[in-house]
Amino acid sequence: MKKIKANLTFPPSKVTFPLMTLLVREYSLEVNILNADVRLNKTGKLVVELLGDEKNIDDALEFIEGQGIKCHIFNGTLSIQEEKCIHCGACTTVCPSHALQIEQPDFYLTFNKEKCLVCGLCIKACPLRILHLDHRESEE
Amino acid sequence: MPVKTIEEINERILEGKAVVVTAEEMIDIVEENGAKKAAKMVDVVTTGTFGAMCSSGAFINFGHSDPPIRMTRVWLNDVMAYGGIAAVDAYIGATELSESQGMQYGGAHVIEDFIAGKDIKLYAESYGTDCYPRKSIATTINKNNVNQAFMFNPRNCYQNYPAGTNSSDRTIYTYMGTLLPEFGNVTYCTSGQLSPLLNDPEYRTIGIGTRVFIGGTHGYVSFQGTQHDPGQVRMPNGTPASSAGTLALIGDLKKMSTDFIRAATYEKYGTTLFVGVGIPIPILDEDMAMKTAVSDKDIYTNIVDKSGKTSFSQAVSYQELRSGYVTINNKKVPTSPLSSTVKAREIADLLKTQIKKGEFLLTKSAEGLPTDKKRLNKLEVRGY
Repeated sequence: MKKIKANLTFPPSKVTFPLMTLLVREYSLEVNILNADVRLNKTGKLVVELLGDEKNIDDALEFIEGQGIKCHIFNGTLSIQEEKCIHCGACTTVCPSHALQIEQPDFYLTFNKEKCLVCGLCIKACPLRILHLDHRESEE
Repeated sequence: MPVKTIEEINERILEGKAVVVTAEEMIDIVEENGAKKAAKMVDVVTTGTFGAMCSSGAFINFGHSDPPIRMTRVWLNDVMAYGGIAAVDAYIGATELSESQGMQYGGAHVIEDFIAGKDIKLYAESYGTDCYPRKSIATTINKNNVNQAFMFNPRNCYQNYPAGTNSSDRTIYTYMGTLLPEFGNVTYCTSGQLSPLLNDPEYRTIGIGTRVFIGGTHGYVSFQGTQHDPGQVRMPNGTPASSAGTLALIGDLKKMSTDFIRAATYEKYGTTLFVGVGIPIPILDEDMAMKTAVSDKDIYTNIVDKSGKTSFSQAVSYQELRSGYVTINNKKVPTSPLSSTVKAREIADLLKTQIKKGEFLLTKSAEGLPTDKKRLNKLEVRGY
């Protein structure tokens, strides 16, 4: 079994394409939609977690690309230079999976690695630039 | 009727008898005992804030070279500093960007590096005069080899500030952080119930000459800050409904610490400086006890659309903002702070310890801050 996290970018013409159904039916994948921004006649974005046989995932990725849907696989892990963090909260605002949070009552930044999509949005949102990806993202 | 004077409070501090609490602790004290009793019990309330304050910078006197130069254009680590003052004085502003690294490095970073004790590359040019013949100089400076270096911030400690959101269909990058499309998030940036000017909303004790904690050392309120706007609409508890008073602060840069001064870059906006400030408030009477007991549920601001697409404005309390979500157009919208509560609390606690130990005495201001109702001028576009 293999699990990947990916960002799928749909061209406006493909927003109505039932991709998730096909991934489940034709490739026996378990699909978990983590974030979605889909609007008719506009470029759509889906952040998904795909779980399945390695071959099925590879075939599915080939199928997705063949449909003109751009697939960006998130690799690596996010690291925080914790000793430099001032707990301002700017990174939490862009985190789509709420892996980064600042909560009452103590307002310290917490990072849940399990929830992290490794999307990298927080890296530029951090005013102190102390968040980094340990491995570069690869594109497939 | 006054309960005690600043002089009496200072005597108690020196005797080691002063009762000092943070602005957050004061909330419970007043709730449990009432303001009248609390005014007798508590001598000083400490406040704290640690937020990005763009209107910050530092004056540095480099000392004279041989032969001397009257610096007309000055760069520190490739960041331009203002040299249009005396021969070897310059002002480095937090938001000036590096000419070689762009937004990744700016005046704020020069200031942080200087405080950290690092060598800073100095390059300056001049047209040369009979008394200052040198036309350029390239050297390094640091906090041990310059003469004076003092932070002078024209506008710090904004008394309240609007929270930001974005109604447009694209992500926008602002000094209020990254704002997601279609009201995707809300950011806010004061320390609320811990914030200095929200605990002395009518500037009864904070004024010109007030000693403050700034950047890890002691400094002073030197004047009203730029854009000081005391005429802002007020809530019944005296706090402003949106941005109002500001302070111009001064302090010795050489004595500051990077624990309390940090450089920052807001994506596609530029650089700015996180400044840690704490101000002690003497509890002179029942009114000051009541004012310093203000809590997030009683402090309001407005959420505004930073995309400029709409004139959207919605009142919101800091209690709501700090809960993690607010409701906009019947939609639950996540909120996030931009100013650090962790550091604000650290500052208020540190100041409390310093006062208790007698290391920090309170000052009576030389002059109060303006309280007039005249609102800010707008800059008219007159053509050319």
